Amino acid sequence: MIVELGHFALILGFALGLVQMIVPQVGAAKGWHGWMAVAEPAAISQLILVGFSFAALTYAFVTSDFSLQLVTLNSHSAKPMLYKISGVWGNHEGSMLLWLLILTLFGAAAAVRGGNLGATFRARVLSVQAAVSVAFYAFILFTSNPFTRLLFPPLDGQDLNPLLQDPGLAFHPPFLYLGYVGLSMAFSFAVAALIEGKVDAAWGRWVRPWTLAAWVFLTIGIGLGSWWAYYELGWGGFWFWDPVENASFMPWLLAAALLHSAIVVEKRESLKAWTILLAILAFGFSLLGTFIVRSGVLTSVHAFANDPERGVFILLILGVFVGGALTLFAWRAPVMQAKGVFGVVSRETALVANNILLAVAAFVVFVGTLWPMVAEMAFGRVLSVGPPFFDAAFTPFFMALLAILPVGAMVAWKRGNLARAATPLWPAALLAVAIGALAFALQTGRSALGPLGLMLGAWVVFGAALDLWSRTGRGARGERLSRLTRLPRADWGKAAAHAGLGITVIGIAGHLAWAVEDIRVAQLGERFAVGGYAVELEAVDRLQEANYTTTKATVALYRGDRQVATVFPEKRFYPVARMPTTEAGIANGVLRDLYIVIGDAQEGGGWALRSHIKPLSNWIWGGSILMALGGLISLTDRRLRVAAGAARAPSGPRGVPAE
Amino acid sequence: MRRLALVLSLLAAPLWAVEPGEVLDDPALEARAREISQGLRCPVCQNESIDESHAELAGDLRVLLRERLVAGDTDEEAVQYIVDRYGEYVLLRPTTDGANLVLWLAGPAMLILALLVGRRVVRERARAGEAADLTDDEERRLKALLGDE
Repeated sequence: MIVELGHFALILGFALGLVQMIVPQVGAAKGWHGWMAVAEPAAISQLILVGFSFAALTYAFVTSDFSLQLVTLNSHSAKPMLYKISGVWGNHEGSMLLWLLILTLFGAAAAVRGGNLGATFRARVLSVQAAVSVAFYAFILFTSNPFTRLLFPPLDGQDLNPLLQDPGLAFHPPFLYLGYVGLSMAFSFAVAALIEGKVDAAWGRWVRPWTLAAWVFLTIGIGLGSWWAYYELGWGGFWFWDPVENASFMPWLLAAALLHSAIVVEKRESLKAWTILLAILAFGFSLLGTFIVRSGVLTSVHAFANDPERGVFILLILGVFVGGALTLFAWRAPVMQAKGVFGVVSRETALVANNILLAVAAFVVFVGTLWPMVAEMAFGRVLSVGPPFFDAAFTPFFMALLAILPVGAMVAWKRGNLARAATPLWPAALLAVAIGALAFALQTGRSALGPLGLMLGAWVVFGAALDLWSRTGRGARGERLSRLTRLPRADWGKAAAHAGLGITVIGIAGHLAWAVEDIRVAQLGERFAVGGYAVELEAVDRLQEANYTTTKATVALYRGDRQVATVFPEKRFYPVARMPTTEAGIANGVLRDLYIVIGDAQEGGGWALRSHIKPLSNWIWGGSILMALGGLISLTDRRLRVAAGAARAPSGPRGVPAE
Repeated sequence: MRRLALVLSLLAAPLWAVEPGEVLDDPALEARAREISQGLRCPVCQNESIDESHAELAGDLRVLLRERLVAGDTDEEAVQYIVDRYGEYVLLRPTTDGANLVLWLAGPAMLILALLVGRRVVRERARAGEAADLTDDEERRLKALLGDE
């Protein structure tokens, strides 16, 4: 019964979405206030309805209601509760419902917090947002209904893909979707502004917090995903340039670009057309990502849906929204005239460079991801585009970005002076070069990319610190320190996010450049050296857990004669899904991870054992956390919290009530 | 129970990339083999190199590659040997010939284009600044003054 109510709520939400899409838009065009006012309660009701629908599906999973096809296919009664819940979105239908839930959540948030937006503009934003929702309601109801019942329910389910039964991956999709869908707000604002024909500083202020929030969620989602790949897939990598990873990375790059260009719109009323275009493209890439994952058009590790009908539907959504928005853009963009003027050397120019590099980097990922499909369709060549391509084609743009970042972050607005911006950065440059040189001297006969990455990362980290310090002005040190604590949160957020990026880069450089690997047949009780450590396989046990069996090794790790850690790498087998998984045994450290994987028993006795030393691995995720934190700190800044519009009451026809 | 566990674990595919038995005795040759196999895609897997994959075919390819290297092939010859049999699909680093030039040049071309457009925008903004070198505020004050006259 509850399940049917959930289904019904979804249909009701669909109808309401149609109303919210049409009525406020007409009202805004005609200036009918009653019609515009429909948007707000409709947006909130949609959230309630989809929320109920999602809760109903969760209920079915939690109670293991195998009369539901989706539950049967993706759950099992013996599964731990956490994975029964995460099973709701660990499949195609449920994940689309989660997508819709988040979409309506953002819509409702905009309705509640949009009080100072101006009635017409708010009505248009909510109408566009509803149009996106309607597309996904239709997609779910017509092609991917999660509420389909089975005529003859089985006794038990077929289990969730064991790879997904992991805490890191349980929360990876929700964060990623919060990011993808968060960009729908930027999209709605962009389209509403195009319809309205007006982009000003207030618009920039309005879009920034939503984009920033989306970027923070994407950062967390991508970080969780790569962390999961690191310890679960069992070959020690953290990023594989897999199409599905790229699908989340492209919106991240564009959201980062949008974040920065919206600052220029807000502060200087320039780059308006470009920022609008970015907002459209950023959400377009989110939809493209959904298309790639959901259609399985580029098959990869993550694609668990392989249905052309759905692929075509999402392609249609993508075409209508991005195509429509771009057409609107081509028509209306000339209306948006830049106001602010700036010199060739200025923060504005630096942010233009930032945008160029980020957008081109995203473009390279885009071309590389789609090329195999294009080459096959257009040239009949079946080929692969793998990590070596992306390493070669993507990295240079990102290195250039890191190189200019600290200077660009300090150069003055409007008319800057390169020498003046660069002077306080000398210590950072010297330290970074020293670190790079030291690393180069310590290593022998390895690629220069490790020291180079370390140097660039250090340059960005120290640059961020000096940027923050220089904000405290002149005077005695104590005075400056006390001023440091009173700096706006946006300054802290900027420094933290930039430093986080630098730390992640340092981690990636260390991880890739100085890893040590050892593969061998290990006998029980035999101690062998790997890098500066000694490894001993102490025991191997076969255990039966709730929903899997496992081969669990006990491996002791020594430094000299001192034991530094004991790890328990596992090889699991999930009988219901008939799938094996690995769980690496990892001893985490600040400077290095010791990473052990257990393989099969060997015929002549002993076990295959793979041992890695992964230097600086944790810096990758530490930096990601810091980046996300930086974004969150910025979000709590007063200027963004007071949220835009009202703070600088525009004198234009928007007619916002005064503060 | 233990017997059941054993049976089940035998059912499982060998969850392993490079097997200890495959490793060559000559460390220099083995290092070359690892380097090459990281750039070769496992034909039956989803976006995995034969170095990472635990599929049977990937294992066969690893052994085949090592055989070629032991037989004295150069890196290029060994790779070509496998490409001849499995197609360019196995190359994780696409070639630069023919249509693939588009792929390789897309990034640099886009960068040049973006730089040109960016330069135009920046210059135009700078020139606009020279033309009307007054801030909005100054302009308003100027207008007020002129109006007073």
